[in-house]
Amino acid sequence: MSEIVFELNGEQTKLAVSPTRRVIDVLREDLKLTGSKEGCGTGECGACSVLVDGQLRLACLMVAGQLDGHRLTTVEGLGESPLGAKVQTAFAQAGAVQCGYCTPGMEIAAVDLLSRQPDPSRDEVRAALSGNLCRCTGYVKIIDAVCQAADVLNASEDAQS
Amino acid sequence: MSAWFSPDSIDDALALIERHPDARLIAGGTDLLVRRRSEMSDIPLISLERVAALQGIEEVREDGMLAIGAATRIAELAVSPLLAANAPLLQRAALSFGAPAIRNMASVGGNLCTASPAGDCLPPLHALGAQVELIARAGRRRLPISDFIVGPGRTSLAPGEIVTRVLLPSRDRFAWQAYEKIGRRQSLAISVVSFAALLRLDDEQRIAEAHLAWGSVGPTVVTAPELANWLLGKPLDQSLIDVAAERARAAVCPIDDLRAGADYRRALAGNLLRRFLRRVQHG
Repeated sequence: MSEIVFELNGEQTKLAVSPTRRVIDVLREDLKLTGSKEGCGTGECGACSVLVDGQLRLACLMVAGQLDGHRLTTVEGLGESPLGAKVQTAFAQAGAVQCGYCTPGMEIAAVDLLSRQPDPSRDEVRAALSGNLCRCTGYVKIIDAVCQAADVLNASEDAQS
Repeated sequence: MSAWFSPDSIDDALALIERHPDARLIAGGTDLLVRRRSEMSDIPLISLERVAALQGIEEVREDGMLAIGAATRIAELAVSPLLAANAPLLQRAALSFGAPAIRNMASVGGNLCTASPAGDCLPPLHALGAQVELIARAGRRRLPISDFIVGPGRTSLAPGEIVTRVLLPSRDRFAWQAYEKIGRRQSLAISVVSFAALLRLDDEQRIAEAHLAWGSVGPTVVTAPELANWLLGKPLDQSLIDVAAERARAAVCPIDDLRAGADYRRALAGNLLRRFLRRVQHG
């Protein structure tokens, strides 16, 4: 065991944990944050997507020691930012959720994209979500949702300027 | 549970390796942690991701080479202005690598040390004539990439050594650079065949210099230097392209596996060269 200190969804967090424990296990089993899903466990499905310092990463291929000193955002904390809230609203309104298993990862990947590129083309959305698999195959509405979130984002920016 | 070390300097990393000879080095972890689940959960890990000297892309003043720190993320290759000017084919490989999250984690040094026959950075690095810089307590050494990767999953990294940088000679005189990857799908695909090429023409539109490399068609990257030499001085016409594609098919040595058959791979290897040469021909 060792102590790791990191920011989890905006809160400073200290954790006594094995530094080689997978982040997905720390989240789901130790912290009971079960929003992040484990699909494949080998980096091929995106269900465990999280943001580390605002950048898209996979919690199944990270260990706890890598978090020390960093900022971790999971789907549980996504709605606290205006961008995350807009993405989540758009997913609900577009009917982008079928079984829901891929949804947390999809929303995380969408926020990663829109934070870098607030006005993406449909192809850019597809590329940004290309590491996230939906086994219900509901991709069209998921991509619609991200495009809608971008529209809302840009409309509110226009209103401000 | 196993031990975890996260040094922030090369010296500290080398000292840790000496103290823990059974440890594995980890940078992005996208290959190692997949294998670790089943095979080696008790092995100590030494993380290189906080070693600043292993990060980033810069010009080396003395010899005009580009140096890529071994722990540099694949995503950084894709956006580097230095690589855009000198090695756009490596950027194209970076953009075909895994998927966005994997590119934010995986490192170029990790791709080298995994030494998969399908490693996405490897054909471009071979075509670019990359050198691999290694450091140990005893000192530094440099190897051509073709001497560093010696077999599937096998490198000439010695115990106690760390890959520090990948060095690229200047290739900005090559007007034609290409990278193509054929996989089962666009993203998250392990290549069925990949192809990297650098080529320049002389004033009479004859081939002045060419470097070719194929991935996933042999135990290591296939560079076919005889074929590249044979092209030199020849005018780029249809009959040359036909013969070159035929020679490419003869130069590769693919196997059947669950991604594709050997015959298909052989045909693809020729066709990828053909497509590249036709593009150059039509300028």
